[in-house]
Amino acid sequence: MTELVNGKGLSLVPKTDVKQTLKDFKSDQEVRWCPGCGDYAILAAVQSFLPELGLKRENIVFVSGIGCSSRFPYYLNTYGFHSIHGRAPAIATGLAASRPDLSVWVITGDGDALSIGGNHLIHALRRNVNLNILLFNNRIYGLTKGQYSPTSEVGKITKSTPMGSLDKPFNPISLAIGAEASFVARTIDSDRKHLQSVLREATAHRGTSLVEIYQNCNIFNDNAFEQLKDPEVRDDITLRLEHGQPIVSASKAVVRGANGGVEVVARDSVSEEQILVHDAHNPDPSVAFALSRLDEPAFEHVPIGIFRSVDRPSYETLMAEQLDEAVAQKGPGDLSELLMGGDTWRIG
Amino acid sequence: MTKQVQQLDRVIIRFAGDSGDGMQLTGDRFTAGTAEFGNDLSTLPNFPAEIRAPAGTLPGVSSFQLHFADHDILTPGDAPNVLVAMNPAALKANLGDLPRGADIIANTDEFTKRNLQKVGYAANPLEDDSLSEWRVHAVPLTSLTVKALEGFDLSKKDAERSKNMFALGLLSWLYHRPIENTIKFLEQKFAKKPEVAKANIAAFQAGWNYGETTESFSVSYEVKPAQLAPGVYRNISGNQALAYGLIAAAVQSKLPLFLGSYPITPASDILHELSKHKRFGIRTFQAEDEIAGVGAALGAAFGGALGVTTTSGPGVALKAETIGLAVTTELPLIVVDVQRAGPSTGMPTKTEQTDLLMAMFGRNGESPVPIVAPMSPSDCFDAAVEAARIAVKYRTPVMLLSDGYLANGSEPWRLPEVSELPDISQEFTTEPNGADGEFLPFKRDTETLARPWAIPGTPGLEHRIGGIEKADGTGNISYDPNNHDLMVRTRAAKIAGIDVPDLEVDDPDGDAKVLVLGWGSTYGPIAAAARRIRRSGGKVAQAHLRHLNPLPANTGEVLKRYDKVLLPEINLGQLALLLRARYLVDIISYNRVRGLPFKAEELAGVIQDVIDSD
Repeated sequence: MTELVNGKGLSLVPKTDVKQTLKDFKSDQEVRWCPGCGDYAILAAVQSFLPELGLKRENIVFVSGIGCSSRFPYYLNTYGFHSIHGRAPAIATGLAASRPDLSVWVITGDGDALSIGGNHLIHALRRNVNLNILLFNNRIYGLTKGQYSPTSEVGKITKSTPMGSLDKPFNPISLAIGAEASFVARTIDSDRKHLQSVLREATAHRGTSLVEIYQNCNIFNDNAFEQLKDPEVRDDITLRLEHGQPIVSASKAVVRGANGGVEVVARDSVSEEQILVHDAHNPDPSVAFALSRLDEPAFEHVPIGIFRSVDRPSYETLMAEQLDEAVAQKGPGDLSELLMGGDTWRIG
Repeated sequence: MTKQVQQLDRVIIRFAGDSGDGMQLTGDRFTAGTAEFGNDLSTLPNFPAEIRAPAGTLPGVSSFQLHFADHDILTPGDAPNVLVAMNPAALKANLGDLPRGADIIANTDEFTKRNLQKVGYAANPLEDDSLSEWRVHAVPLTSLTVKALEGFDLSKKDAERSKNMFALGLLSWLYHRPIENTIKFLEQKFAKKPEVAKANIAAFQAGWNYGETTESFSVSYEVKPAQLAPGVYRNISGNQALAYGLIAAAVQSKLPLFLGSYPITPASDILHELSKHKRFGIRTFQAEDEIAGVGAALGAAFGGALGVTTTSGPGVALKAETIGLAVTTELPLIVVDVQRAGPSTGMPTKTEQTDLLMAMFGRNGESPVPIVAPMSPSDCFDAAVEAARIAVKYRTPVMLLSDGYLANGSEPWRLPEVSELPDISQEFTTEPNGADGEFLPFKRDTETLARPWAIPGTPGLEHRIGGIEKADGTGNISYDPNNHDLMVRTRAAKIAGIDVPDLEVDDPDGDAKVLVLGWGSTYGPIAAAARRIRRSGGKVAQAHLRHLNPLPANTGEVLKRYDKVLLPEINLGQLALLLRARYLVDIISYNRVRGLPFKAEELAGVIQDVIDSD
C-alpha cells in the first residue's frame, strides 16, 4: 500500500541548515518585465517564500515555457530551464519523475498552459507528478503584444480580434478539476500574504499542485482584476475558501443551490448553518467544481483560495515503487544475463 | 516407404495466411528451430496495418519470410522456394513473388467458393491448370487438424485454430527441423490452459507425421548448419536489439535510462521491451503525445538521466522543436526514428529510408544533429550504444535511424561479451570552472567542444539554460550578433568534430572501378548483390555508411577513388543529394520507394549495368 503523502510534498528533498534569505534566491540577471507588471510582485513573493522551505537551493528547479512569465527562472538563483512554448509540464514531468529529490516548479501563463500546452497540462494533472505549477493568468498574450488568450472574455477587442473574440474562455480551475487535479488553488499577484499561504499548501502537497495566479498585464490588459484589488468592492466580491470555514465575503455567502449546485446569496438572507462550509479534502470533486463556476457572471463574486486538496499517490512514487518491486522480485539487472536470456546456441 | 532426402544449400520459405491465422507465430517458431539447428538465417515479417482486416481478403494477408542456409547470408531472400498459403487470399497476394518451380502448400479447406470469390478467383486455381508452373501440394490443413484433435475437449472452432501448428509440424518435417523446443515453447505459452497446450502440440506432431506418411511429399530436404564465427548466438529482431543496446548503453554509461515515448508503428516494440526491464532502473514513460515523450526525456537528461525517445517519422516531425531545444541547451538525448513509408501516415507497416533529410535538417535554425544508422537487425545493438556514446560525450541529441525492415526482421546475433563493450561513461561537472570560482555552463571542453553537464542537486553550480541564444561561457541570454555567429559556428563545429571511424571499403582485388555505397538497412541486399557480381567474375567495391553526420573523414577520398559510385536508397536520393553537395561527386542513384527492401538480384542487375555502361 502506497503511503499517503499529503503534507509530505518535499519530504524527499534535502534540507539545509544554513539560514536562507530572499537574497539567496536572486540571480545576477537584471529583471526585464515591463515596469508595473504583476510578475514583479509574484517573483518577490516567491523569492521571499522559498527560504521558508529550508531546502538546499541546488535541489530546486524552475522550469518554464514561453511567454512573459516564462522568463521567471532566469531571475532565481536555483537550477532553471526556460524551455519551449507549452512544453514545460512535459519537461518537468521527466525531471520530477526521475529525480524525486528535487523540488520542481513550473512557471507558465494562460497562453502557454491552456493553448499551446493544454494537452501537457491536463495530463500532468491527472498523472499527479510532484510538481508545483504556477499559472500566471493575465487573460491576454503579452509577449506577442496583445492578442486575446484562451482566458480572455468573449468579445475581447484585440489586435487579432478587432471585432471581438468569438470563443468562450477556459476557466482554469474548472479545467484542472476536470483533469483530475489533486490540488487546485487560485490567488492574486497583489496579495502577497495570500499568495504565500497558497504556496505553502501547494509545496506541502505531494503530487501536482496547480495555482492560478491572477496577474495584471498593465500594458495589454490593465486592470483585468481591478475589482479584486479595489478597496471599495473587493471584500464584497472575494469569496475566501478556507478549509472548514463557511464560504463568505463581507456581504455574500455560498449556499447549496436548489439544482444541486451552489449559489451566492446575500449573507444576511441566510442563517450561519445554511452557509456552505468549505471542504477542500472532499474526495468528490463536484462541489469544488461548482465553486469554480461562481466567477460567472464575471467578477460579481470570485472564489479565492484552495478549491481542492486531496491525497492521491504521486506518479514518481509509484514509478519508483515499480522499479523497487522489479528488483525485489528478480534482483538487480544483469546485462550479461539479459543478453543470454533468449534461446541461445553455441558455435565452435 | 523410405523417403528421399535432398541436400540444399539454402531455402526461402514464406508462410502466408489471414492476419488471424498465426503466421507470425508460426514463422517465429520455425525460425527458432532453424536457429537452434545452426543455419544462418534472415527473416522478413510482412503484416497489414489493420489488426484484423476482414477475413479472407487481400488486405488481411499477413506473411513471414525466412531465408536459411548452410553459409552466411545477408537478406531474407528475394523469392520464396516454398509458399505456405493458408487461404486463397494468401495464394493470390503472394503468387507474383513466386519463381517457377517453387512449391506451394495450400490449405484446400479454405478454398471454398465464397473465399475464392472474395479475392476474385472465378475458378479454384488448385483444380484448374493455372498453377501448372509450380509444384502444388494440396493439403486439407484445417480438416486434418480438426481430425487430429478429435479426442480433445475443444470446440471445432478452437480445434481449427491449431492449423498453423499443423503447418509448422509439416514444414518442420519437410526441412528436418528439431521439434523439442517448439513443444516446450507451446507448453510454456499455454501453461495456464493445459488443454490448449496439448492440442497445439498434438496438431504440431500430426503435421510432422502427415509429412512422414503422405504420398504428397516424396522428398524432404536437409540444409546443413552454417559455419559461423565461434560464439554464443541468439536470434534477434532489430527492435529487440535496439532496446538491448539502449540498456547496454545505460549500463556502460552508468546513467539511469529514461524513455519518454508515444506508441507508433513500427517503433512501439522498443517501448514494450524496455518496459519489461525495470530491474535495470529503467523508467519508461508512455506520454500523452510525441512532444511530451521527447520533452520528458529531455527533462530527465537535464536531471542526469540517459534520455531516450523512440518513434517513427511522423513522431520526429512533432518532436522537431524539442530536438532543437536539446541542440541549443546541449544536453544528451537519443532520438530513435524507426522509419516507415511516408509522407504523412504513409504506409505504417512498410519500410523506407526517407527520413534522412528530416534527421539532418528538420528543425528551425542551424541545428546540427549527429546521425547513426544501423545496417542490420543485430547491428541495432551496437548502433544504439554508439548513439549513446556520442550523445553523452558531446552533450547533444543524436538521431538513430532504424527502419521497419530492420525493426521486424531478424537474424542470428553473436552475443558480445559485456567486458568487450565500450565504457561510455562521462563525469558530471561538480566544481566551478570560472576564473573567479563561478560556474560557466557554456565554457567548453577544448577538445570535444562539449559543455559541462552539471545536474540539479550539485551545490554551487546552480544555473539556467534555455532556448534563447546564450552568451558563450556564461550561458546568459544574449542577442549580441557576434556572439550568435560564434555560437552557431561552435555548435556546428562540435558536431562536425565528432570522432567517427573511417569508412571501410570492401574491394577484394583492389582494382574495382565501381563503388556501390549504401547506408542503413540496405547493407544486406547490397552486400548480397556484390557477392553475386563477384561470383560471376565481376569487380565491384562496396562501402556502407553507419555515420551519416558527421560523415567519416575519408568519405570524399573514398568516393573519388572510383570511376563510378552507385548509391541505392529506398528514397528519391537523399544521401546522394548530401554527398553530391559536399564532395562534388557525380553519384549514380538507384531509387525504389515501394515500402519493401531491395532484392539482391535486382541490385546485382543494377550494379552490372553500371559496370557495363561507359
